[in-house]
Amino acid sequence: MSFQGVDYYDVDGMLEPEERAVRDMVRGWVEEEVMPIIQRHYVDKTFPSELIPQMAELGFLGANLPEKYGCAGLNNVAYGIIMQELERGDSGLRSFASVQGALVMYPIHAFGSEEQRETWLPALASGEKIGCFGLTEPDFGSNPGGMLTRAVKDGDEWVLNGAKMWITNGSMADVAVVWAKTGEIDDVGSIRGFIVETDRQGFSARDQKGKLSLLASDTSELVLQDVCVPDSNLLPGSGGLKSPLMCLTQARYGIAWGAVGAAMACFDEAVSYSKNRVQFGGKPIAATQIQQIRLAEMLTEITKAQLLVLRLGRLKDAGTMRPQQVSLAKRNNVNMACECAREARRLLGANGILVEYQAMRHMANLESVYTYEGTHDVHGLILGQDITGHPAY
Amino acid sequence: MRSIVCIKRVPDTETRVRIAADGVSLDPSGVKYVLNPYDEIALEEAIRLKEEAGEGSVTALCLGPKEAAEQLRTALAMGADDAVLLAGEPSHDGLVTAKALAAEIEGREFDLLLFGKQAVDDDNMQVPAMVAELLDLPCATVVVGLEVSGRHVTARREVEGGHETVEFDLPGVVAAQKGLNEPRYPSLKGIMSAKRKPLEEKEAAAVESSLELVSLSEPPAPEAGEIVGEGADAVPELVRKLREEAKVL
Repeated sequence: MSFQGVDYYDVDGMLEPEERAVRDMVRGWVEEEVMPIIQRHYVDKTFPSELIPQMAELGFLGANLPEKYGCAGLNNVAYGIIMQELERGDSGLRSFASVQGALVMYPIHAFGSEEQRETWLPALASGEKIGCFGLTEPDFGSNPGGMLTRAVKDGDEWVLNGAKMWITNGSMADVAVVWAKTGEIDDVGSIRGFIVETDRQGFSARDQKGKLSLLASDTSELVLQDVCVPDSNLLPGSGGLKSPLMCLTQARYGIAWGAVGAAMACFDEAVSYSKNRVQFGGKPIAATQIQQIRLAEMLTEITKAQLLVLRLGRLKDAGTMRPQQVSLAKRNNVNMACECAREARRLLGANGILVEYQAMRHMANLESVYTYEGTHDVHGLILGQDITGHPAY
Repeated sequence: MRSIVCIKRVPDTETRVRIAADGVSLDPSGVKYVLNPYDEIALEEAIRLKEEAGEGSVTALCLGPKEAAEQLRTALAMGADDAVLLAGEPSHDGLVTAKALAAEIEGREFDLLLFGKQAVDDDNMQVPAMVAELLDLPCATVVVGLEVSGRHVTARREVEGGHETVEFDLPGVVAAQKGLNEPRYPSLKGIMSAKRKPLEEKEAAAVESSLELVSLSEPPAPEAGEIVGEGADAVPELVRKLREEAKVL
């Protein structure tokens, strides 16, 4: 039986026909193209890059950006649904699409010149070019404003120096959107975005070794040593820490949806397993109270999370969504997915530790998702500040 | 190359269908409907022929309830140019469906008329050949290979134990079998553009049926299996039972 999703509250009934069509298409694609290969990639610690041409062809990259740049021009709900279905496959696959769309294409669209948009967006949408996003540094994670990467103007060029860490797509990228201070090291307002082609002299990327999570994803460290880019590579509309944070809001929005997909995959697997696994005198474990409560908790939390992101998407499409609302959804939904994955793994007993089943892969992946793009705790503090007016971080 | 592709809205192959209280129809509650998988193959072929020719059109035609507009939108998302919904209930009688489709197709100009080889709900396998007969057109069913050269068509058919190759001149009818091609996923751009493509809705021609559906019944529940033993020692007994009791060897 192929994956049917989870829809206890007829959330489908609140989707437009084309939103359902998008969901059905991506779900079918993940079932046919991703599920048969994802375990092998996870064990081999490789990103399934053979999927990139299809993802591009079908329009998954920057799907909510305008058609004039070769994108699909979807609304934000349909975009979210894509993220949900991709992460139902694997968080690494969704991370790839999030970075390409929300962290590379979005800033070029939002802060780039028309010439930069026309140069880069069609190439990124078609998968001809792969992008990465350089904000986080070895010593500046939750506090990106402290970054040490500098860009110094030298005639018609900028000279960049610094190191970026935890960069998804870093080693396979053709282009990096790099954030650097153009003024004094304590001048957060001087942060600007730069388009840096990765074949420029002085640019290097190194695969992050030793990961126990997001194994089917390219995570790298970037080093920029006297990398020169022309002034035309500066994103003219970028200015201050607000610019990269706007990108993160886009990515976090997709993550809030993606987490629902990972949780659905775990719930689906747990229900199926519980009905087939027979113990204690011929009854399936689905007939036991403890597993029923487990499943009931999972279903309840998934349903709440679904309603949360759908409403968030409608607000985003109406143009009234606030970043703090994204924090609430990212925080709640990823935490929810972590819990679902852990409970599903436990329900599966010893089988739950095997890669043949999905639960532990999702469980391990989601620990990264819990931490990246604003940790669970930092999003709590964003909400705390919004409630009280007092910044506590 | 101008093609018309007839499609049908059918229950998802993974849906567990139940017989309704009247005993002669299916209970629609909780049933997810999809585009008939063989019709997807027919659509894919029509779209490829148009793409290869660099000109022409693909029209998707469906006899079904108003909800079948969803399957026509899928056809448009895959790449059909326009769609026609003949509103009406699909009949259990293939001839009724064939006459209603033929009445609509008769007035249209086209080169190739495509169908899936069968609908996966009633498995009648009647409509493509009947429409061809009603329109007096050559017809190749269960087609796994198709070549069009000018007005000349070579179709490779699946027959018991092998293949058969037939030729005809356009216009003609082709019913697609699995293996003819691998249908594409509708792209996101395709899904978005499908909203803007024309979908005409009209009443299906009224046709009387001379075939009465008497009853529907569920297949018998499978009987419990038997374990004859374990390991190689069990093989002779298993073979004996398969030969003498199950009579499958």
